[in-house]
Amino acid sequence: MSFPWAKQYQPTTDFGKYMDKQLPVPRLVYSALGAGYPTPRNLNYFYNFGVLNGVALVIQIVTGVILGMHYAPSTLVAFDSIEHIMRDVNSGWMFRYMHAVGASFFFAVVYVHIFRGLYYGSFKPPREVLWMLGLVIFLLMMATAFMGYVLVWGQMSFWGATVITGLFSAIPVVGGYIQTLLLGGFAPDNATLNRFASLHYLLPFVIFGVVILHIWSLHIPGSNNPTGVDVKGPQDTVPFHPYYTAKDFFGLGVYLTLFAAMVFFAPNLLGEVDNYIPANPLSTPAHIVPEWYFWPFYAILRAFTVDFFFIPAKLLGVLAMFAAILLLFFLPWLDTSPVRSNAYRPLNRILFWVFVAVTLVLGVAGGKPAEEPWVMLSQVFTAYYFAHFLILMPLVSRFEKTLPLPNSISESVLAKYGKTPAAPGASFGGAVAQPAE
Amino acid sequence: MVRLGALAVGLFFCIAVLWGAVQPRDAVIPDPVKALYKHPTEIAWVHNGAANLGITGTFDRKQLQRGFQVYKEVCSGCHSINRVAFRDLADLGFTVPEIKAIAAGYEVPSIDDKTGEPATRPGTPADKFPLIYPNEIAARAAQNGALPPDLSLIVKAREGGTNYINSLINGYAEAPASWTVPDGLYYNPYFKSLNIAMPPPLAVDDQITYVDGAKSTKVQYAKDIAVFLTWTAEPKLEARKETGMAAIIFLLIMTGLGYLSYKKVWADLKRKPA
Repeated sequence: MSFPWAKQYQPTTDFGKYMDKQLPVPRLVYSALGAGYPTPRNLNYFYNFGVLNGVALVIQIVTGVILGMHYAPSTLVAFDSIEHIMRDVNSGWMFRYMHAVGASFFFAVVYVHIFRGLYYGSFKPPREVLWMLGLVIFLLMMATAFMGYVLVWGQMSFWGATVITGLFSAIPVVGGYIQTLLLGGFAPDNATLNRFASLHYLLPFVIFGVVILHIWSLHIPGSNNPTGVDVKGPQDTVPFHPYYTAKDFFGLGVYLTLFAAMVFFAPNLLGEVDNYIPANPLSTPAHIVPEWYFWPFYAILRAFTVDFFFIPAKLLGVLAMFAAILLLFFLPWLDTSPVRSNAYRPLNRILFWVFVAVTLVLGVAGGKPAEEPWVMLSQVFTAYYFAHFLILMPLVSRFEKTLPLPNSISESVLAKYGKTPAAPGASFGGAVAQPAE
Repeated sequence: MVRLGALAVGLFFCIAVLWGAVQPRDAVIPDPVKALYKHPTEIAWVHNGAANLGITGTFDRKQLQRGFQVYKEVCSGCHSINRVAFRDLADLGFTVPEIKAIAAGYEVPSIDDKTGEPATRPGTPADKFPLIYPNEIAARAAQNGALPPDLSLIVKAREGGTNYINSLINGYAEAPASWTVPDGLYYNPYFKSLNIAMPPPLAVDDQITYVDGAKSTKVQYAKDIAVFLTWTAEPKLEARKETGMAAIIFLLIMTGLGYLSYKKVWADLKRKPA
């Protein structure tokens, strides 16, 4: 697409030529996902996750549309209609579990995808817009997942909706209005359920639209790669098809196998038992926790336990939780190191792995009841979360001494296969590499 | 500019959250309930529970029927299974005439077709098991203020699932000296508040006469009712595992072929020297 050596679509049949003049869909597919899209030849398995995200989204939409045919968004029957799906609809249990487990898997692969982008510096120029579109997708996903969870109208749905919409009430002056607008009343009720059902059906298609923009934006500079070095010539790339279609198909098989294992053998493992109790406004569950994929942010929200000067603790928590995501939009300007990949950034690489550990601890702490030692851990690690992006990252990117970069992707690949003087840690010693066609 | 702003925001949040971290903590008052609470005993069920990772294992039909008998003779005095239809009993191995007879033994809500007044009629296989009490207020009025929950989903709605039901039924005990049980409640360390309103439902052996010759003991009753309620919570458990096996086998073969084609496609790029 963007490289001059990209192969051009050549229609071979008369019908193909006819269509190419009027609606060149085959040309689009050829150039976007086919042999006409040159892709760096050194992408590792972490680069499979983009395709996995797309598949996860499609699975959610397809199962969701089917569930929507049997679900009734009324507080009187919402819970019953889901049990009706589980018991009486043909294969309804399968679609419902695919949708519930699918949400968890979607977030899991998205998190890997985001961390992949962080590690290899994929958010750096010329891919800032691509990165920000990805974050927009992430935010839309969070809203969609939250509203979908409320649709079940179990205990955790109801109380989760109460807590999350209650966050907005912390905003000075307009907070109360926003909360009332979100709920369509003063507490979660039928109006809430109806608007959440409507938006839960709408937003996935908005996500789909932004995904198209995300892929479009990706195809302008092309994929980043584990070395972070720009593509310099045809020897650095292979056509997307068949090389990455084959690799993605294999990755997809692994993903679907794990997904099926969870759907069929442990569908409720990540769920909350309380959500199998119908919503009851008069009985509050002992521990209100969101789904696991919100736990790190929930930990940040709850980490602010005391007022800070005139700012109430609740408002601080809400601001911090939103800031924790929104600051990612500024990443391309916070990390100014010209070297993209952490493979050549020894100091930043350590910071990266510390950050991964910190998010995992925040995740665990967010799923626990607000007791010691989890509150203290949340506080210390929340401080680190902000320090990492806003203080350490700008400093490190300025003063770090990076390792020498390979001259090109193909050179690094050849070194890996032992053609040129072996690079340290070369694991395929003795193999001879072929230049790309 | 961006970095200066970031530094300010970062310092603000760090200081605000660490300010909370250095505040003295409230002294932790040990929760007496937590000290006495017991987690459900793990038992290796044939079907491996409703939510547990179990690849094979089906329900024992005889056990399901015994569990149904326990439900009918004991639990159904107070607890409904309103999400289960009589026709679903076919899963337990009952024949159509048997199901029709069971259904006919229940009165389900209806409307008198002459007067339009609320009435009842004998159940049919298409009906659900009727509620025991028309509403929560009626239930609480009859049960000394307590609400016997519907049991259809109870195994999925409680931590520990099948194990929880089994442990709870057998778990009634003398309260320790440190714990006072209010009047009308019973001490059960497997219940989350320790004080349960349900009297020991299956406390003595030979309370039920099993038709299939299984030993009529309270230990057996608890197991049978726990398995029956696992089925009511997850009636498609067996279909799910069966489908799962087929899906996994298919996907493993597909993935294997996918791996081979990936290797073949990339062979010219990663060829070893001759």
